[in-house]
Amino acid sequence: MPPETNPAPAFDVVVVGAGPAGSAAALEAARAGLSVALLERGPYPGAKNVYGGVVYGRILDELVPGWWEHMPVQRWVTRRSTMLLTGSQALTVDFRAEDWGRPPYNGATAFRAELDGWLARLAEEAGAVLVPSTTATGLLRDTAGKVTGVRTDRPGGDLTGRVVIACDGVNSFLAKEAGLFAKVSGKQAEHTSLGVKETLALPREVVEERFGLSGRHGQDIEILGGTGGIPGGGFLYTNLESVSVGVVLSLTGLTASGVRPEAVLAGLKEHPAIAPLLRGAELKEYSAHLIPEGGYDTMPELVTDGMLVAGDAGAMCLAAGVWLEGVNYALGAGMYAGRAAAEAIAAGDTSRTGLAGYRRLLEESFVLADHRRLRRVPGLVFSDRVQRSYPGLLCDVAQGFFTVDNPRPKPGLRRLVSDAARRRGVRLRHLLSDAFTSARSFR
Amino acid sequence: MTQTSPQGQRPAVSFEDRMATVDFRVAERAHITVDTDVCRSCEVRACVHACPAALFVPTDDGGILFNYEQCFECGTCYQVCDAPGALTWSYPEGGHGVAFRQG
Ligand SMILES: Cc1cc2nc3c(=O)[nH]c(=O)nc-3n(C[C@H](O)[C@H](O)[C@H](O)COP(=O)(O)OP(=O)(O)OC[C@H]3O[C@@H](n4cnc5c(N)ncnc54)[C@H](O)[C@@H]3O)c2cc1C
Ligand code: SF4
Ligand code: SF4
Repeated sequence: MPPETNPAPAFDVVVVGAGPAGSAAALEAARAGLSVALLERGPYPGAKNVYGGVVYGRILDELVPGWWEHMPVQRWVTRRSTMLLTGSQALTVDFRAEDWGRPPYNGATAFRAELDGWLARLAEEAGAVLVPSTTATGLLRDTAGKVTGVRTDRPGGDLTGRVVIACDGVNSFLAKEAGLFAKVSGKQAEHTSLGVKETLALPREVVEERFGLSGRHGQDIEILGGTGGIPGGGFLYTNLESVSVGVVLSLTGLTASGVRPEAVLAGLKEHPAIAPLLRGAELKEYSAHLIPEGGYDTMPELVTDGMLVAGDAGAMCLAAGVWLEGVNYALGAGMYAGRAAAEAIAAGDTSRTGLAGYRRLLEESFVLADHRRLRRVPGLVFSDRVQRSYPGLLCDVAQGFFTVDNPRPKPGLRRLVSDAARRRGVRLRHLLSDAFTSARSFR
Repeated sequence: MTQTSPQGQRPAVSFEDRMATVDFRVAERAHITVDTDVCRSCEVRACVHACPAALFVPTDDGGILFNYEQCFECGTCYQVCDAPGALTWSYPEGGHGVAFRQG
């Protein structure tokens, strides 16, 4: 392997973006004894970041032992619900688990400014240098094309490193500039969604009463339907003294609809199943952010000479309407990227070959294993049948099941399903094949 | 202008008030620019209704009026615009732009 010919780089590792992926990468690399710069364009970590609001923190067991004693949490999620909406109906599957309200916990709501700030501080405590208010504007490369650092918008702001870890989020200009999306087909808009969110203040007792909670327990509601026919979904999550409500809208669907995003959200908020939960709440912050929705089949290459890509920059978000998980994948990928960078630097080879351990670590972990297994789910969830027909179908079946209109005899379940399917224009053949795809994905 | 929501519970928030909940540290230089000449021949105008901050406003002469100051830096506009050369898109200089607290 050729020795590194360039003048000594300023840092071993330059991480771009102090989101969960970047902070995890910086933390892991700093722990391995490397010198690390963690660049963030916002004035503080989290300033540019928006999500629904739930962290599933299992991966933190490995990264930050005992994390639950330190993480800035709003509420521990002990109640998870999935709601199917039509214009006038709602079917909710509601699950509670007291276990989730105790260590080691399952999920928590948190604000990004607090969560990302905490994660970045862990990286700093391990020795990484956080450089906020600094935007990476492009890649530095040597004559052979190997990435050797980044340009920044600070005067004289070139930053060199043996490895650059791009954790610059859904729009990743670094991954694009490196040509890593060359093999991904279709335009980015076709596999990207816009999330718009409102954080609405409610007194703590009101949150607890309305959502049936006590102490620091919290509820998450994921919503299918309720987006005015635009492929996507919604969410309603509880914080300590506020709730976060939002919609996730496919960009192509939003474009075709001609409807404004906050109007779609207003429609969801007015649904008879949602409005009573929000009554009297006061808008605290309106926000919006993009989500990479395409999953495994739309991921770029994750490794090139001198550079790794982690988190949303690598489309590692598992976001298919009702499911919204990305922080856990970003944390995992960042951790493995930091580890792979350290191994490559120790071995003296930071070429694509030297960094290939990253892909292996991802493949062996939940990060790519989940994505590969669930690769058909985004397409299924965004399909017309799931979006437009199934919520209605299931609501109709439930309505039939719960309606009491004796003296007429009660119809059997099979009758209810076939009647509802006919009314909602669903073929039983499709229902079965979609059920089969789901069963295969989630088996 | 305030409207009352269908439940009549409280006045719906005007778009101006909605944007006033967000903190911006406005940079001097615009990070996004729009070539209104290109927009004049655009029939789709996806940006106008897709931008969550409603920053694209059609003008009487068929162009687009764009104001970068309250931008969320989300990327929606450049992804939905199909006209080459209409938008130049980048992030504001480090430390500037939107600063969410409850995102
Ligand atoms: C509406 C919505 C709801 C969601 N709900 C959930 C949820 O409930 N649970 C969940 O787990 N996930 C959710 N997600 C997904 C989750 O937010 C992302 O998957 C996750 O944030 C990805 O982390 P990341 O570190 O890869 O990227 P990000 O969190 O986007 O971080 C990227 C960082 O890089 C910085 N940056 C970008 N470019 C540059 C540059 N050039 N120079 C310097 N810094 C730069 C940014 O400022 C940012 O801090 C949701 C997303 C959205 C939009
Ligand atoms: S910015 Fe693009 S989408 Fe918007 S009006 Fe101009 S050309 Fe059309
Ligand atoms: S980046 Fe987002 S908020 Fe900013 S102008 Fe474009 S669409 Fe609007």
